[in-house]
Amino acid sequence: MIANYGYTDGSGEYYISINTSFCAECQTHPCISACPQGVFEMITDDYDEPACSVKDSFRKKLNYTCSTCKPARKSSESPLFLPCVQACVNRAIKHTW
Amino acid sequence: MILDFPQLISQWETLPVHVFTAHEKGEILTIGAGTASGAVSGAIQGTASGAVTEHWKWPEQSNVDLSMDWKKAARITAGIDVGSVSSQAVVLLDGKLYAWSSVRTGSSSPDSALKALNQALKNTDLTLEKIPYVVGTGYGRVNVPFAKKTITEIACHARGANYMGGGTIRTILDMGGQDCKAIHCDEKGKVTNFLMNDKCAAGTGRGMEVLADLLRIPIQEIGPLSLKVEEEPPPVSSVCVVFAKTEAIGLLKSGWPVEKVLASYCLAMAERVTALLNRIGVEKDFFITGGIAKNIGVVKRIERILGISALNSALDSQIAGALGAALFANALLEKEERGKS
Amino acid sequence: MVVAGMDLGAKAIKVVILSEKGVSAKVKLFPDLDMAQSARKALEEALVQSGTELHELKRIVATGTGRSAAPGKPALVTEPLADAKGIIALLPLTRTVIDVGAEEGRGVKITPQGEVVDFAVNEKCAAGSGAFMESMARSLELKIEDFGEISLKATQAVPMNAQCTVFAESEVVSLIHANTPKSDISRAVHDATASRIAAMTRRVGIEKEVALIGGVAYNPGFVEALKRTLSLETLLIPDHPDFIGALGAALIAYEQAVN
Repeated sequence: MIANYGYTDGSGEYYISINTSFCAECQTHPCISACPQGVFEMITDDYDEPACSVKDSFRKKLNYTCSTCKPARKSSESPLFLPCVQACVNRAIKHTW
Repeated sequence: MILDFPQLISQWETLPVHVFTAHEKGEILTIGAGTASGAVSGAIQGTASGAVTEHWKWPEQSNVDLSMDWKKAARITAGIDVGSVSSQAVVLLDGKLYAWSSVRTGSSSPDSALKALNQALKNTDLTLEKIPYVVGTGYGRVNVPFAKKTITEIACHARGANYMGGGTIRTILDMGGQDCKAIHCDEKGKVTNFLMNDKCAAGTGRGMEVLADLLRIPIQEIGPLSLKVEEEPPPVSSVCVVFAKTEAIGLLKSGWPVEKVLASYCLAMAERVTALLNRIGVEKDFFITGGIAKNIGVVKRIERILGISALNSALDSQIAGALGAALFANALLEKEERGKS
Repeated sequence: MVVAGMDLGAKAIKVVILSEKGVSAKVKLFPDLDMAQSARKALEEALVQSGTELHELKRIVATGTGRSAAPGKPALVTEPLADAKGIIALLPLTRTVIDVGAEEGRGVKITPQGEVVDFAVNEKCAAGSGAFMESMARSLELKIEDFGEISLKATQAVPMNAQCTVFAESEVVSLIHANTPKSDISRAVHDATASRIAAMTRRVGIEKEVALIGGVAYNPGFVEALKRTLSLETLLIPDHPDFIGALGAALIAYEQAVN
């Protein structure tokens, strides 16, 4: 399942997209500890599969929360410098902005 | 050349400011600024005075299939969807739809859940105690005390839409009171890709309610009225509901008829949600659930932008979430029974 | 030589008249729907205040969202340019300008010469603008003038969930029903707005000194909230912070007229 957490508002589209089909085989979940803001958590999804997800408390303010990792304006051109994107060997995590 | 700044800005601190207003004052402007937003927020909390007409509310509904007999059913299950504006209950007999309701959500989620279930069962002698498995969903799902399990509304809407529209459905748009969901699912109604936007009111039922209240038009009439334009106007340029409201007031003041303003607003909302749909990819068949599915002005425009028609269902589109929850309950109960035998 | 700078904002039109003798008029006008006519009236009033005739006016430079409606075939400049020029004249140590107006927020990074290095803007969502705070003040039944002051009396930080102005209105109403003191709710609103503005400004990088301009700079509650969020000891605020864009436009007009 591809889960898109985030939002679109007047100022833009801010989603963290997670391909959770990789999460079942992943043993260590390095993404969880990679995020300096603690955005991610492991859950059991509606189909009883383990899945990385964005904590509810962050879903409506990703643009603000992630701003500390995105000081440069054109960070989207080199997304690998984001710790969460880098942590997942399967590249299951993507930012849309 | 280098300018002599200190000289140019001398007296900046001391020179007084003179304030003027352009003489013309708009009547509509005062509605927009004060009462409209006040009424919406007040009414949500159930505190609006009796004098306020609540144009934005959908009527409460319920239905029961009296040709079915619950006493003969092997499995009775229910799904409750506690939404921000309305709550729905669905009761299934052996996985088939028996009774449903849609009521307004009050200030307490547990009470609203019970109210919805009682409303669905009001013309039957079936009671909560005789329903062994209830699944809760929706934004208030954690507050359904008699639910055995809670499941997200994303999974429930996909499952419900799969039942309502059939296994060919791949794309579901759910426009609820306070959020908008775009879901892609497989032939079994299992979610494969989803997006949920509950941060911004634009593209949600609330965005439409703000307009209904501003213009004092019952929410059911907005869709049909918005289609009564000869030529489609450009969409309201602001995405943000707050700015779109100001824009709508401006358009009315500049002489636009109400239908044209409604058309412009509905088109903006349609463009907005199709952008969300395109993020997950639109594939046929396409199904729309939630309160906005009843707004033909928005639905027709979404269909036109996407170039595909939404599949129709004989069932009320608002119950998709509760129906999905009840279907999950049915499957879970079946699994439990199999485990015991 | 007399020049005019005009800032046609979403809520008010600001006009500044400048000559080598200094500033001779500062006029603010709240427009009606006819932006062009309102702008003409604002300029006329400013000329009256400064005792200048229209023909003496050498140049007009206009900025702001409604700048295309400015009278007298003005030169048009963007808001970041005008903000930078205006602030560097008054507070030369400024390297980052934060401008929060009625319908938009903006973060601008500038050089010691007042040139724009980079900027970020939030113009299409009411949540990061003065409109958000006005709407919240209305829900709390407080005058916008008192709203910031009251937040300074807050004793606790209550979290606010809603990020959207429309949803926040109902959240404020439920907080009132839960008997949360208005001061605490007010502080929550100011903190939320400040965090949005801070995030936007971080996109350009925050370099000291930081100056706050725009109408919201009059709000002591917001100033404190922004200092807290950005961990700043000092936040520079010029006199008449809502007129900085118009001043910048006027300074640009003067520069252009001289050259």
